[in-house]
Amino acid sequence: MSGTGLWAAVLAGSIGCYLLKLAGLSVPAAWVEQPWVARIVDFVPAALLAALVAVQAFTSGQELVVDGRLAGLAVAALALALRAPFIVVLLAAGAAGALAHVVAG
Amino acid sequence: MSAPTRSTVLRDAIGLGLAVGLYGAAFGAAADAAGLDVWQAMTLSALMFTGASQFALVGVLGAGGSALAAVGSALLLGTRNTVYGVRLVPLLRPRGVLRRLGTAHWVIDETTALSIAAPDRGLARLAFLAGGASIFLMWNATTAIGALGAAALTGPALAALDAVVPAAFLALLWPRLRAGFPEAGVQLRVAVGGAVVALALTPFVPAGVQVIAAVVAVALAGRPKPRAAAR
Repeated sequence: MSGTGLWAAVLAGSIGCYLLKLAGLSVPAAWVEQPWVARIVDFVPAALLAALVAVQAFTSGQELVVDGRLAGLAVAALALALRAPFIVVLLAAGAAGALAHVVAG
Repeated sequence: MSAPTRSTVLRDAIGLGLAVGLYGAAFGAAADAAGLDVWQAMTLSALMFTGASQFALVGVLGAGGSALAAVGSALLLGTRNTVYGVRLVPLLRPRGVLRRLGTAHWVIDETTALSIAAPDRGLARLAFLAGGASIFLMWNATTAIGALGAAALTGPALAALDAVVPAAFLALLWPRLRAGFPEAGVQLRVAVGGAVVALALTPFVPAGVQVIAAVVAVALAGRPKPRAAAR
């Protein structure tokens, strides 16, 4: 994407997210406290983050691929299951990814 | 049992700022991996200033998605902050237009948690301001460090960064799947559904669209059913 396109996404996203914050302070509570809003807030993050994990780890453009990122993700899952701190999770994943890259040549 | 006081509120606020700083560095690195330059990463941390939405925006852009799909993902996650704002109004009571505009910028997961945990309105306001300031400063500083650091990587270190980005997203998702999180079982089904739909659609739709489509599909499949809720 061009620099202009990236800037457009950065600025439009920033303004939109700010307006969502401002809306919470400005509109009557009853408008926001709806069951469907609660569902979006409760479950959209899990669906979106999981979709992003899958796309970040297993795709390249429109192709499904398996590479060193899988090793990194597996190690990260193990570290998270062992309740390792965030920095340890990232370092372990990075080390596994780099190792897989070197081994696969 | 000691009641929270000004000093414990301040200590919690500063501690949270330091902890969040690590995520800022990861965000800066993810933004670089997605093709954003350092200024774009720093603008997001200064202006958008809501971590999950920032990660979603660069995640979709990094997957080759359009600006529209990226902004859509960021806004979907940004709806959380609207609900937080509603909870914060009675605690913070921001008076006047300027104070309301300023307060809105710092309405995020962490400042909401700090404010709600405070025992009275005065300490809630202190927690919001101290937490917001500490997190804002650390988040922006470490974003710059992460973006500059990642931009300098080459060779195997670049492969390491490729593996770190999905790991960072998994770390953001993980707490929602732990036993103890409200409806952790449903969260897990939603997460698996989102991942499966996104991968299944990847070969057939423009990059980035599969992420939005996965969220919509899971949301439609999981509409509340009165019977299911009663079980």
